[in-house]
Amino acid sequence: MTDKRFTGTSSYIATDDLTMAVNAAVTLERPILVKGEPGTGKTQLAIEVANSLGRPLHEWHIKSTTKAQQGLYEYDAVARLRDSQLGDDRVHDIGNYIVRGKVWEAFESEQQPVLLIDEIDKADIEFPNDLLRELDRMEFYVYETKKLITARHRPIIVITSNNEKELPDAFLRRCFFHYIKFPEKDTMAEIVDVHFPNLKKDLLKEALEAFYKVRDVRGLKKKPSTSELLDWIKLLLAEDIAPEVLRGEGSRNAIPPLYGALLKNEQDVHLFEQLVFLDRRTNPQ
Amino acid sequence: MLIPFFYMLREGGMKTSITELLTLLEAMKRGLAGQSVDDFYYLARTSLVKDEAQLDRFDRIFGAYFKGVEDSLADLMQEIPEDWLRHQAELMLSEEERRQIEAMGGFDALMKALQERLEEQDERHEGGNRWIGTAGTSPFGAYGYNPEGVRMGQEGSRNRSAVKVWDKRNYRNLDDSIELGTRNIKVALRKLRKFAREGAADQLDLDDTIDKTARNAGLLDIRMVPERHNAVKVLLCLDIGGSMDDHVRICEEMFSAARSEFKHLEYFYFHNFIYESLWKDNRRRHSEKTPTLDIAHKYASDYKLIFVGDATMSPYEIVYAGGSVEHWNEEPGAVWIKRLLNTYPKAVWLNPEPKQRWDYTPSTKLVQELMEDRMYPLTIAGLDEAIKALH
Repeated sequence: MTDKRFTGTSSYIATDDLTMAVNAAVTLERPILVKGEPGTGKTQLAIEVANSLGRPLHEWHIKSTTKAQQGLYEYDAVARLRDSQLGDDRVHDIGNYIVRGKVWEAFESEQQPVLLIDEIDKADIEFPNDLLRELDRMEFYVYETKKLITARHRPIIVITSNNEKELPDAFLRRCFFHYIKFPEKDTMAEIVDVHFPNLKKDLLKEALEAFYKVRDVRGLKKKPSTSELLDWIKLLLAEDIAPEVLRGEGSRNAIPPLYGALLKNEQDVHLFEQLVFLDRRTNPQ
Repeated sequence: MLIPFFYMLREGGMKTSITELLTLLEAMKRGLAGQSVDDFYYLARTSLVKDEAQLDRFDRIFGAYFKGVEDSLADLMQEIPEDWLRHQAELMLSEEERRQIEAMGGFDALMKALQERLEEQDERHEGGNRWIGTAGTSPFGAYGYNPEGVRMGQEGSRNRSAVKVWDKRNYRNLDDSIELGTRNIKVALRKLRKFAREGAADQLDLDDTIDKTARNAGLLDIRMVPERHNAVKVLLCLDIGGSMDDHVRICEEMFSAARSEFKHLEYFYFHNFIYESLWKDNRRRHSEKTPTLDIAHKYASDYKLIFVGDATMSPYEIVYAGGSVEHWNEEPGAVWIKRLLNTYPKAVWLNPEPKQRWDYTPSTKLVQELMEDRMYPLTIAGLDEAIKALH
């Protein structure tokens, strides 16, 4: 049971609903599943939760080849075999060859830790099912040493997903769920402010204007997200682009400068240029 | 007080479970909801909704319940999303037609009229739902909203068979980014996995190592093997357009699942039946065709061939030369499918039409004969059977 509540940090703006979801997960000690467009700060959330509650963070990044077992422990048979050849004494204790995974590390933590399971949808379709008991009871069994590992403190588990695969119902039922919506303009202004505190007001306004215009283009394969906006603003600052350029360009041909930071796909760039071209033809200045 | 709400959610089509309700109650007992309605709303949402596609539905039910408004849920559910309409219309209309529509009072007015019309349609079970749900294009033609030339095939006979359709259509490519609802299909497709070891030896083969070490008088002899990969190869041929418009959704799900499940997946589209050429991109299907013979030569016979189509057409399209609805085919489709089946002994036909209707369509029976009864309904159970037949 924690006494602290998560409210966002100096570098992370959390909306009310997100705060509620995190606090519910922290209080009831259940995993929270976070979904949302790429680049809306899903992974960042776990880091910020750990920071703001002052908890150690364990990160487990999932790849397509990751097995659930790897998060618990692995038995290093090769090392043991090698030691047996060399006549090492360690070989008599199988426990020496059990390599702990991220989940085990989190379970052993002195303090209640935050465990991030990042991009769970990247793994095989059965992966979440293999973790049901571990997430529910927060314990697992090590067959080699015949020991039951139980969490000292139930970790705060943050799971992120990019929706590449659908997750099984049984898994979902055990989690709190939060979908990070794309931020509204006001929230976005706050977010940018946190990252670039000294940004000039007019530049911010024009940049946001141009940014949301790009996002509104129908049929983009990958809409630019918060992280792309932040990169773009960083570039604008580095190139020292004046707000007037953003605005001036906006009315005439609407291609924002350095748009490569916003559009990451040549089809999108192409589509965007076509639209701008059409726009210029229909509304000549 | 939450139990009626819970049932209302379930009536509204949400898959909320008792566990989730208990979680919510527990969270409230711990004082998380506080005193404000907003807090309660956020808390209820985070514990009861597990799918962003249902957030909107949850919001509407929540609103209806807590305002005490006894909205009939049926009404809520039947709203036609505006995005959907707009998207459809954009697909169908050319620039010129859009301009004509502008002249008729603008896009929004048209959409509104169309929406009203579609809502009326809803009463007629089959017809209405099918029109709304399936990217069917008939409403535009049937109700005269469209200027000449976009007529998308005739109304009337439900299966729209035996009709020469010359209209140049633009079929959509099947969208493989659809994710929802594909889990079951993926699980079914998994059974087709066939693992083989290929490539660089980078994994320890424990059994072989023990064996070789023992033979080596206890001196370590490490054996490595390549990692196992799913080596099954699939050639997927999808019927597109015409009567298949009714099944776009399930076909997209199938395609999407297959795309992510098989590394060696080749797909081609055809319209109604297989003839001398197939194509990969529906937008360029008249210019970029792949001759069927090339396909049969290029992909070895260890590919598993899967057709997806409703096999609903006029029988002439199968058995006669020149029977195709779209072009003059020198040789009948039956000859072409025989050729493919000779090349690929492992083949099935998946039919999205329900099985009980197959007997009423002569062409379906014909195809079934050609496929030597390897036709299965495009359902999870049917897929299971089909995959057994492919092994």
